[in-house]
Amino acid sequence: MEKKLWKGNEAVVEAAVRGGCNFFAGYPITPSTEALEYLSWRLPEVGGVFVQAENEIASINMVTGASVCGARALTATSGPGGSLKCEGLSYASRNAVPFVLLNVQRWGTGLGTLDSGQTDYFKETKGGGHGDYRNIVFAPASMQELVDMAYEAWDVAEKYRVVVTILSEAYLGQMMESVEMPEFKKPAERDWALDGTGKKGIGAYSRAIRGGDGTKVLGQTYETIKEEMQRWEEYGLEDADYVVVGFGLPGRISMEAVHKLREEGYKVGMIRPKLVWPYPVKAFEKVNPNVKGFISIESSDFGQMVEDVALAAKKTKRNAPVYLYAHGKGVPGVSTVAEFCKSVMNGEEKEVF
Amino acid sequence: MVKKLPEGLKSHQLCPGCGHGIILRLLDECFEELGIADNKIVALGVGCSCNANGILGGDDFQCAHGRAAAVATGMKLTRPNVCIVSYQGDGDAYVIGLNETLNAAYRNENITVITVNNANFAMTGGQMSWTTLPNQKTTTSVYGRNCDATGAPIHVPEIIANNFDVAYVARASVNDVKHINQAKKMIKEALTAQMNGEGYSLVEFLSGCPTNWHMTPAQANKHIEEAVIPEYPVGVFKERKAQ
Repeated sequence: MEKKLWKGNEAVVEAAVRGGCNFFAGYPITPSTEALEYLSWRLPEVGGVFVQAENEIASINMVTGASVCGARALTATSGPGGSLKCEGLSYASRNAVPFVLLNVQRWGTGLGTLDSGQTDYFKETKGGGHGDYRNIVFAPASMQELVDMAYEAWDVAEKYRVVVTILSEAYLGQMMESVEMPEFKKPAERDWALDGTGKKGIGAYSRAIRGGDGTKVLGQTYETIKEEMQRWEEYGLEDADYVVVGFGLPGRISMEAVHKLREEGYKVGMIRPKLVWPYPVKAFEKVNPNVKGFISIESSDFGQMVEDVALAAKKTKRNAPVYLYAHGKGVPGVSTVAEFCKSVMNGEEKEVF
Repeated sequence: MVKKLPEGLKSHQLCPGCGHGIILRLLDECFEELGIADNKIVALGVGCSCNANGILGGDDFQCAHGRAAAVATGMKLTRPNVCIVSYQGDGDAYVIGLNETLNAAYRNENITVITVNNANFAMTGGQMSWTTLPNQKTTTSVYGRNCDATGAPIHVPEIIANNFDVAYVARASVNDVKHINQAKKMIKEALTAQMNGEGYSLVEFLSGCPTNWHMTPAQANKHIEEAVIPEYPVGVFKERKAQ
């Protein structure tokens, strides 16, 4: 199919609509606002529902109500708005309500800034709200991945009855790239959604979670997801002395840096997780057993994903030091990543794990 | 006239003299008599209103504290032909959920909000609510509510009726037969308004809370007549437009 130039925040929600999204509630916040603006006219155009809510708490609760009644519902936010969504995420997990959250990450704690960043990694992958739950978290690194992941998101959410998060980034949402936009698909009718008759309820699975054995039921689901949703892009793992790990835009940049380092003769490999929960532990099984170190490249301040890199290395018995390059706000350049890797290989960096 | 006894009413967890039991029974009767018993979803608040879970027949959904009006909004927009009702206490709808409550009314969402005002946070053991009467003793206003420090009792039905373009707003009481009969008519007006697509409707119920008021059920009903209704007048604040 023909490729067209799209802006990230618009491409992702157009793909969502084509994937069956028919309900959106949200609140303006930079850098995710274009998603709200685009859907305000696009959803009514295709027979869907758009609500500009009073805040992020109300909007995620509207999305919950819509989803339990059978809609393919979406909400979008950034930074501080994401904190407000956490209550809703916890309740959705408790009730097995599948919807999609688009988090166009902006950098920082508190108000932060409008710059790009990856500082919401912990919040999205480790739960965020109260209780013990997980969301499936897609980590797109290009416009096409953003589109493909949004298009697939509800299929996955409904299959496992969990919330799916699309962990975008400010720069990804604001930049333009050419993409192939998929055709409209018709989602299967939900056999469990509330319809007022009192006969369907929100389903046996939801009741099982809320019942006496709920933790076990949810735990089994999470184990299944961990097994079935391992996705990553890799390069040169078999003979790598050092393996760079990065997701999203820093991951994409790092892949370029790794190729450059290879050309210069360094034995460097790369793992770019396409999902950050579940974490692609299986990718680490392919790493050279004699690897000398892992290098996490991320746009956090103090290191977030680096902890999962260390755990995956331990799990796969790659007993090597784990180094961190925490870029903070923005996205590191190719030479910055390459220089940091060289500095690690020269023994000038101290490992964090 | 009860045609069908709701299953849960045989073993509910409500305190003796609590108004919730009467209100839930009235609601179920109205659903049945209006022919929407199998065409309705109730979005439940958190607090003593949680007890409705399993008492009311048919579809319901347990919402987060205060968010029922937002959940109901999403439900109604997804299932416009199904009657969507939120069932919340005063703490849920008027304190933590005041934002959701007022904004749903502001947008004139076509939902019905049922609130139960017992002038305290009952489920957590009787703390002060925005509806607590002046000088009323609660576990967080042990010398009596000092309105200079806490604000005065909040009148949400009046706020909504006087400020927003909604379909129907009323306050009911269930402390005696006369009020109970009047309350049932109000519920029917509210539900009918929604089913006719007229817009937002809200009915607040004044309920006794003998446990946290430290009264017998009979004393609580008398207290409603003598102290609560003078602060919170029973009546219709927004009539439905001429049909």
